[in-house]
Amino acid sequence: MEFFLQQCVNALQWGSFYALIALGYTLVYGVLRLINFAHGDVFMVGAYLAFFIATGFLAPEGAFGFSRELTLWLTIPLTMILTSLVGVTLERVAYRPLMRKGAHRLYVVITALMCGLILENGNLALLGASRRALPELLDKTVYQIGGVAVTNLKLWVIVAAVLVFCALHLIVTRTRMGMAMRAVSWDRFALPLMGIPLERVIVFTFVLGSAIAGLGGLLFAMSYPALDPYMGAMTGWKAFIAAVVGGIGEIRGAFVGGFLLAFVEIMVAAFLPSTFRDLFAFSTLLFILWLRPTGLFGRPLTSKI
Amino acid sequence: MKNIVCASLLACVTALSAGGVWAAETIKIGFPIPLTGEIPKVGESSKLAAELFREEVNARGGLDVGGKKYPLEFIYENNEAKPDVAINVTLKLITRDNVLAIIGPQSSRQAVPAGGVANDNETPMISPWSTNPETTRDRPWVFRAAFLDNFQAPVVANFAAKQFKAKKAAVLFEISNDYSKGLADYFKAVWENKNGKASVVAFESHGPKDQDFSAQLTKMIAAKPDFIFLPENYSFAAAIIPQARDLGYKGYFMGSDAWGSAELMKLCGDACKGQFFSTHYAAAGAQGATKAFIDKYQKKYGYVPDDVAALTWDSVVLMTEAVQKVGKLDKNIDKMRRAIRDNLAAVKEFKGITGNMRFDEQGDPVKCAVIVEIGQQGEFAFKESVCP
Repeated sequence: MEFFLQQCVNALQWGSFYALIALGYTLVYGVLRLINFAHGDVFMVGAYLAFFIATGFLAPEGAFGFSRELTLWLTIPLTMILTSLVGVTLERVAYRPLMRKGAHRLYVVITALMCGLILENGNLALLGASRRALPELLDKTVYQIGGVAVTNLKLWVIVAAVLVFCALHLIVTRTRMGMAMRAVSWDRFALPLMGIPLERVIVFTFVLGSAIAGLGGLLFAMSYPALDPYMGAMTGWKAFIAAVVGGIGEIRGAFVGGFLLAFVEIMVAAFLPSTFRDLFAFSTLLFILWLRPTGLFGRPLTSKI
Repeated sequence: MKNIVCASLLACVTALSAGGVWAAETIKIGFPIPLTGEIPKVGESSKLAAELFREEVNARGGLDVGGKKYPLEFIYENNEAKPDVAINVTLKLITRDNVLAIIGPQSSRQAVPAGGVANDNETPMISPWSTNPETTRDRPWVFRAAFLDNFQAPVVANFAAKQFKAKKAAVLFEISNDYSKGLADYFKAVWENKNGKASVVAFESHGPKDQDFSAQLTKMIAAKPDFIFLPENYSFAAAIIPQARDLGYKGYFMGSDAWGSAELMKLCGDACKGQFFSTHYAAAGAQGATKAFIDKYQKKYGYVPDDVAALTWDSVVLMTEAVQKVGKLDKNIDKMRRAIRDNLAAVKEFKGITGNMRFDEQGDPVKCAVIVEIGQQGEFAFKESVCP
């Protein structure tokens, strides 16, 4: 029983990262019907930005010599802001020109894929292949609750994922901007006729998605402190799969899908030989998609998000 | 006009079919090493050690072969720490760059397939760091400078049994890495032979891109091992140990030679302090030629060379000595390569900076292993030496 509970905690923490990345995929897809394949690498950029901000502020090496708490509280918003700038830049430079020229969505998706590779290899060329470790920003303590070990950092990661989901849900359902986002997803071409600034809505979507990825990158760098330029590739792909299984374009779907993928992965490794981890995990997801091709929460061709 | 075309075509064909005519002005050696990928520090160490040697020799006017001096030319190719890329770049070095010999790849994951390429193309190759027996097995053209995993596994097992008074072991390894998988298997066999059938209480694996090991570690910790053996690259070891601590594991870890990178402590921090691993040499407390090498390296690059750097140095010395023994540079590259191979195979004993080695009939060195303790300052301190 303890063993099972411990694995549940493991899955919750690992699933939080999938959920945070999957939310970004699903937001952009929901609004633009565009699979933003560069999103996993935006997450990687977020982790690197967090690294540079944290080492820049932190005593004793940093230029400012701030304490760890202060550094952490400054790193969170700064990472989110800077990462969202990266996301918006991608939209401005790569996607918007193509969309304005009325290019087919397929070309934009391929462009996104290329942008991801550019981010990866640009990082490799700029910073080298050496891995970097984020300094500890939080005094790690291990709590033992009835035989289940959990660190304060893991709890924060899970809490952050839940909070982000709730906030996002509120933004999309309760604000004017959220209403506009849902409207774009409903009918992109009628929207400008209603006087709603389409491009501003799209930029807002990218800001939201990338900021969440930035937060995810920061938390990831704190939990798994070894950054390399390809860290976003595999995690990003898996998060994308999680979003599809949950029903892409649906916020609840991304959230549930992320945790579902992590649960399947962890439980397969826990109760079967760990060699089969990915094999069984993805077979299960294939089976779910076979039963429900639009994903758990997806509905065929209605308004999404 | 037509005649000229025909003639030049003919010339090309003859040149191609004659094969292996090379400039014979410089001594070219190819290095297929992991400059990026999961173990970039290994590639960097190899390159820096080789460059140190090359600059030293070229400053003296080059390598003396039969009374004439030839400059050394080292070509570094990035194998990205991937087996398929290692095959491609090794082939490119042999066929396009016409190198006389290959030094590298470093990790067995790349050295096992690349060794096949070198052997098929009859080019002498020394892998400095590969410890998997398959790299050189039944390959007369392939040599190495490191000891083997079937020697390393009992070294680790005996030390752990003595140091931790351990009876039960748990192992976590990377499934797609020949080095990691091979060493894990050897260790399991040795340990079970020593302590009975079920004494390896957990035997878990992970993939090459995994970052979260909590599922495997939870399983391993639940089996209550006396220590955890991690035959892993340093980047994984640095990720796994803190995660195990987060899950409440308080016991020992034991590592293998792939831990011994200068980057381990940078990534791992305090969590790795006080752990042990087996390796090829210990920088702290070195003497003689080894100390001279460490001082040179540290002066030039600012940090203590790791085992890969030392083994690469030994390999380069072995290879260049084999070239020198040929006596003259032959215009025919095939003949030249064969002569180098024969000289390498004829080496009976070699005094390297990683210890004295003899070579057996498979081209594998018989040499001592060192157990290193990671000290409180993060230094790799000599604990004990184990000889075959």
